[in-house]
Amino acid sequence: MSSQTSLDFRKNAAAALKDGSLRAAMQNATGAISRKRGDAMTQVDFEALREQASTIRMKVLDNLQMYVDRFSDNARKTGAVVHHASDASEARGIISDILKSRKVKLVAKSKSMISEEIQLNERLKEEGLEVIETDLGEYIIQLAGESPSHILAPAIHKSRQQVGKLFTEKLCCDYTEDPQTLTKIARKVLREKFIRADAGISGANFALSESGSIVILTNEGNGRMVTSLPPLHVAVLSIEKMLPSIRDLSPFLRLLPRSATGQVLSSYVSIITGTRKGGETTGAQELHIVLLDGGRSEIVKGAYREILKCIRCSACMNVCPVYRTIGGHAYGWTYPGPMGIILTNLLTGLENAHPLADASTLCGACNEVCPVKIPLMDLILKLRVDKISAGLAPAAMTWGMRLFGAAAASPTLFSSSKRLAHTFWPLIRWMGGKDVAGRLPEPSVSPLRRRLK
Amino acid sequence: MRIQLFGTCLVDALFPQVGESLLRIFETYGVETDFPQGQTCCGQPAYNAGYHKEARKAAEHFLEVFAGSDLIVTPSGSCAAMVKHHYTRLFQDDAELLAKAEETAGRVYELTQFLVHVLHLPEKGLRGKGKVTYHSSCHLTRMLGVCEEPLLLLKSMQGLEFIPLPDTTRCCGFGGVFMAKLPEISMALSSEKADDILLSGADTVTGCDAGCLMNIADGLKKKGSSVNVKHIAELIAEGL
Repeated sequence: MSSQTSLDFRKNAAAALKDGSLRAAMQNATGAISRKRGDAMTQVDFEALREQASTIRMKVLDNLQMYVDRFSDNARKTGAVVHHASDASEARGIISDILKSRKVKLVAKSKSMISEEIQLNERLKEEGLEVIETDLGEYIIQLAGESPSHILAPAIHKSRQQVGKLFTEKLCCDYTEDPQTLTKIARKVLREKFIRADAGISGANFALSESGSIVILTNEGNGRMVTSLPPLHVAVLSIEKMLPSIRDLSPFLRLLPRSATGQVLSSYVSIITGTRKGGETTGAQELHIVLLDGGRSEIVKGAYREILKCIRCSACMNVCPVYRTIGGHAYGWTYPGPMGIILTNLLTGLENAHPLADASTLCGACNEVCPVKIPLMDLILKLRVDKISAGLAPAAMTWGMRLFGAAAASPTLFSSSKRLAHTFWPLIRWMGGKDVAGRLPEPSVSPLRRRLK
Repeated sequence: MRIQLFGTCLVDALFPQVGESLLRIFETYGVETDFPQGQTCCGQPAYNAGYHKEARKAAEHFLEVFAGSDLIVTPSGSCAAMVKHHYTRLFQDDAELLAKAEETAGRVYELTQFLVHVLHLPEKGLRGKGKVTYHSSCHLTRMLGVCEEPLLLLKSMQGLEFIPLPDTTRCCGFGGVFMAKLPEISMALSSEKADDILLSGADTVTGCDAGCLMNIADGLKKKGSSVNVKHIAELIAEGL
């Protein structure tokens, strides 16, 4: 197998590093969110809460198919139509068919990373539908023709000046960089879309097996409008979002907003159980729930299963020194940061995504903040091991490491390679380049071992 | 009191001044130091790069060289964490080596742990000078859980003004092989760390890991800074 892939992470990262505006926006935003997260966690017993949350998520993963089946049965009893999609293409097809058969023209969407993963918008646009993102950050990047660079704050890489310019160009309004005025402008456009939309598409943060409910946490209220104003609601979510029942929700309601934005609770928590019933005045008349597998039923059987505990809070990326410096686009797919390194490799294949395995200093900050105790750093390290076993590492690295292994087991070889390094230092420095060897001091002539002989 | 000193390859090959400082500290406080001549590297570069077969060779060699019952002291949080926490993962399939790794792990002390908990240096009237800030390296803090010890030492040093470093636990961008594989990001991170250090107003930055300090020194050098970069062992030895 060749180590070549279309993903040149190093090049992407180097380009992002040259974007001063991106770097400033990333540092400010991730720094502020991480500080708020830290403050918010002092109000709860984080260790106890994450232990509880992790246990619940593991219980679900240990019996995932059972919980999915139970959810499907119970959701059907509430009037929802449940669809199972084995991959992205099938999910796109199911959603497209639902919308076409009901002659939908305008779709209002609330934030859904699964819809990004399956590239739903592109498909619906090809079919002539108007799709409008109603989460403010998603709306901004939709206007800019970009993809999200963060799973929660998709436009995190943009400054308010950039958003001001974008709105002036696309929405024909006067330039302003005041966030509140910009929000009002977007709100005016979006309100009109909500009222006209024939269908709403949402994701879900959790799915409750016992009641067949889906749970959506939002701050802008757009999620509630997308799921209740249009007559048709399509929810697309991946199978691992299951929780056994509403009794298990509490630790997640406490952990997710705190981990995500440092909020005690998100502004809105919607628990949607089935369609509008007789006598009710709100809610969609027709509800379709599309459950995406996308490789997850295989992942759950393997050594990386714990990544499926992830509740998409984004705390790991907000504290990741690499992500904070380069932003999300450099990672090349839907999910960036530590959780993204792992998911992208598992969902798109090691052969396509393996350069991401190197995108960590192994500092361990991600492990420390994960609200469901995913050993992110350890799984990234495991990816490196698997990458090497799959023959995807550069040959020079493999030979270098073989030499290292031999030298580490032989003091004579070890000290003679050190002496050689000293003798040939100018050559090594030249060959290693200024960005690598040029950053090391010259080897010492009187090492510790000689002093202590 | 007798110890085995694990110098680490970075200190042995690149930072002789740290080694000299260690010897001065140990001589002053009556610690008899054995430097097993067969020592090489703990194996961390291979381990973190995913080459666990090679890391295992290094680990087996380490266990052989550092056999015995003396405490093993090392001036690196990262190398101490490797021996203490990762060796046992490498030997999951070998009961004999696993037992040996567990026994050895129990004897490993990172330098500041040893200086604080065994030699009780903060109570022995250490001296220092200047305005000093401290970078808490990732593996020391997050894997070994050593947060307080270096601060206890620095704050006990008479004549030294300790200045906290903002965002001190944020990675400096060294990451072992990371600095070679993704040098652009590594340098961006060391540059940010250097900015924080300059902002602190300290004249010296210290830490417990030579690798991180080397990377930080490079970040500072690129900014034309005159801030000194010293391992905590050097600061302590200078005041003796």
